[in-house]
Amino acid sequence: MATIAVQFKIDGERVVRGLEEARDKLDSAGPEMILDLSAVKRIDAPGLRALEELAARADDKGVRIVLRGASIDVYKVLKLMRLAARFSFAN
Amino acid sequence: MAKNLSNPTEERMAYLEGLITQAKTAAAVFAQFTQQDVDSIVKAMVLAGMEQAQHLARLAIQETRIGVLEDKVIKNMVATEFVYNYIKNKPTVGTIREFPERGLVELAEPIGVIFSLLPITNPTSTVLFKCLMAIKTRNAVIFSPHPNAWRCSSEAVRIMYEAAVKQGAPEGVFTCLESHTLEDNAYLMRHKEVAMIDATGGQGAVKAAYSSGKPALGVGPGNTPVYLEKSADLSMAVVDIIVSKTFDNGTICASEQTVVIDDEIYDSALKKFAELGAHICSDKETEILGRALFDRQTGCMQPIAVGQKATDIARVAGLTVKPATKLLIAPIQGVGREHPLSVEKLCPVLSVYRAMSTEEALRVCVDVNHAGGLGHTAVIFSRNDDAIHKFSQVINAGRIIVNAPGSIGALGGVYNDMVPTFSFGCGTAGGNSTTDNVNIYHYLNIKRMARRTPAPMWFRVPNQIYFNFNAVENVRQFPSRSTVIITNPGLEQIGHADIVRRYLPPEASVHVCVIPDAEPELKAILQGVEALNLYKADQIIALGGGSMIDAAKIMKLKYESPEADLEELAAPFLDIRKRVVQYPTEKINRCRLIAISTTSGTGSEVTPFAVLFDKEQGRKVTLADYSLSPDVAIIDPQFVMSMPRGLTADTGVDCLTHALEAAVSTYASCYSDCNAMQAIRMVFKYLPVAYQHPEEEEARSMMHNAACIAAMAFANAGVGVNHALAHAFGARFGVAHGRANALMLPHVIRYNASVPTKFRPSPNQRAYVAHKKYATIAELLGLGGRTIEEKVNSLAAATEQLLDHLAMPRSIAALGIAKEKFEQALPDLVKIAFDDPSWLSNPRMPLMSELEELFWSAYRGRGITEKGSSAVQPAA
Repeated sequence: MATIAVQFKIDGERVVRGLEEARDKLDSAGPEMILDLSAVKRIDAPGLRALEELAARADDKGVRIVLRGASIDVYKVLKLMRLAARFSFAN
Repeated sequence: MAKNLSNPTEERMAYLEGLITQAKTAAAVFAQFTQQDVDSIVKAMVLAGMEQAQHLARLAIQETRIGVLEDKVIKNMVATEFVYNYIKNKPTVGTIREFPERGLVELAEPIGVIFSLLPITNPTSTVLFKCLMAIKTRNAVIFSPHPNAWRCSSEAVRIMYEAAVKQGAPEGVFTCLESHTLEDNAYLMRHKEVAMIDATGGQGAVKAAYSSGKPALGVGPGNTPVYLEKSADLSMAVVDIIVSKTFDNGTICASEQTVVIDDEIYDSALKKFAELGAHICSDKETEILGRALFDRQTGCMQPIAVGQKATDIARVAGLTVKPATKLLIAPIQGVGREHPLSVEKLCPVLSVYRAMSTEEALRVCVDVNHAGGLGHTAVIFSRNDDAIHKFSQVINAGRIIVNAPGSIGALGGVYNDMVPTFSFGCGTAGGNSTTDNVNIYHYLNIKRMARRTPAPMWFRVPNQIYFNFNAVENVRQFPSRSTVIITNPGLEQIGHADIVRRYLPPEASVHVCVIPDAEPELKAILQGVEALNLYKADQIIALGGGSMIDAAKIMKLKYESPEADLEELAAPFLDIRKRVVQYPTEKINRCRLIAISTTSGTGSEVTPFAVLFDKEQGRKVTLADYSLSPDVAIIDPQFVMSMPRGLTADTGVDCLTHALEAAVSTYASCYSDCNAMQAIRMVFKYLPVAYQHPEEEEARSMMHNAACIAAMAFANAGVGVNHALAHAFGARFGVAHGRANALMLPHVIRYNASVPTKFRPSPNQRAYVAHKKYATIAELLGLGGRTIEEKVNSLAAATEQLLDHLAMPRSIAALGIAKEKFEQALPDLVKIAFDDPSWLSNPRMPLMSELEELFWSAYRGRGITEKGSSAVQPAA
């Protein structure tokens, strides 16, 4: 049976809210959750904290988080925070 | 030392980790900021800092009880206004500098988290300065204030942080330890998330920073010597020294410590100091002061005296001075432990020394410099440039301040154009990594993007080349009073020299210098030079084959520049533009060189090369420089009509090898290609005819031209591995150069057309194209073949056919060289061939094993592959 991944598009202006909503849906996400970050041009400290928390929760629940459309600038921030390894990336 | 300290408690570690996480997050977020974002934050911080300059100064005085309120306000203003003036227009995000002509771009990369130690002497100005540097460069900082200046330093951090965050800086970009222990500092210094330590403080802190194993900036101790030289503007110097030494009560470590005064002005200098409020100590007072200021056992300054007023210091020491005394001046008779006041005194106490000569003054300044002030700051007051330069040479100081106050001068931006700073790098002598005034560039990783620079190419040949029958008559157009014809006995005998002589202008006195027709030896060269000197020659005509023309080139060089050292000029080089040994440009004689070639092979008449035979050492020395190229080349086939068939074949194959190697050279260009390709076509067409029918004028003429055209190609593109092999083999077994080339040629074509086992670094080589070049040649010759590989094989086969036609020996074995003898020589041959610079422009970098394989191929000749061909890969 094919699994359909849960997908979220994160609003660039409401990153934390979007990530919190995604976190709340982890239980029903199945094995994979796709977060579309293509609208996120810059990520701030609260956004990073929310991502870190989401990653921790997803680990607990065995859900793989795929970040889709993350800009190279955002990707670099995740590398600096040593967070990139906790996600999968897709274009 | 930091690494010997134990870890903080778990609770404390959690606190420190929290600071680290905040700073790390801020630094990561900051990485996304633009230059515009950064600059607007910096400006807001500067305004906030300036507004609070007095408040912070007052706090610092209240808390530390060090320094002067008014001066601390100035320091805070310098740390904001002056620093801003320096950094405001400096790019620190993305591209920061470009050097288009060099293809270089410098880009900024933030450092990340910086752990910063703060001093007690400048506890607020240093914070303002470091905060601006950090924001300008997108870094986050964790500050560790001096325990006795925590309140004022942390208040300064708070003011800057709030201004920054209000303007959009990431939260957590600055944090400040609420209190700290040495264990805290050590923990943070070692923390993996701390990228750099910036230690401004005492020697213990700086040493701990450098010992942590982290990249660190630290300032060294100071002991500023001042040379008050006799030509100085004394009034200005005295005021400047008082300004500097009393500024913030002498707490800036760049302030003056010992003034060495020339005897001629010593008394008047002290008089002026006294007139302006300095107290000149007697010998007894100097001794008392020394005892009061310094711990007799450790030799260290009493901390209680740091930044105190002169009158207070005098009172504590028990000296009686006027109430308005600004400065205590202590005459000393030497430097060292027995003269305690000769070291750093962070208070308004100044030593002076009377020097009886410039040498003595410089010596004492050096002594002071070495007594705890290496790498820091030095000052000279003088109007004598020589004295200033001498002082600057002998003193080891990152800042040498001329005719200005040491402390404020070293801060930069006020009295001079040095970079404003509150952190003085003292170089390795001061235990630091830099001598700079620490600034924004030390808070950046500067990345250098280096574009591939287009390889400079050239095409240089004599600017006058005359060709065709009777081209020799053109010698008449060159005015000369004294012409020397260099030729060999044979050519002299058959009347070639007379033909040349016939066309020389009547006013020229003509002398013929006959030298043996062999590779020129130094002895023969020097004889020729003697003749040139004797006849005061203004023109040389080289009439002969390659050896003769080479000899004339070297004679001209030695005649024009007798000091030229041929051995040195023969030094090897990789790039002619970067060669270590330059050919002489100064000439005591001027002389034109006209080259008339009497063979059709070497092309020496247009090349910048000359080979000299060193008989004593039994080796050939190759000289190469465009200054060796003849001024005029004459390609007159009448001089080759009598060439014997064997020589016709040998020289013709040499010409073909030149052209084929130049065509596939990594230095080949469209300019050299057209010559190489044309020469190849001419050789294939005319060499068999010239060989078979030596009387055929057209074939002779075309081969003579082909040799010159091929030489123009290789004079600029170079040759290749064929020549390296032929040189080694020919010299060892006494085989003529053309024949040696012929033995290697088909094998080298196949070798070069195969994918290289190893590429040689060469900016000229944009792609591997040798196989395509060979295919193009095959097409030009109409040899057939559909694929590149087929065309390469056609060319190799056609070359074999040509060599057969010329009755060239087709293997080394066919020369009668026994296999054992060849095998014995092989290691040497490989070594010599590898050292031969000829292959440097070859499209394949030959491995030693490949050179050996090529020698074996040449030994066996075509079709015999007894040893296999593992070193030669399939055709590309």
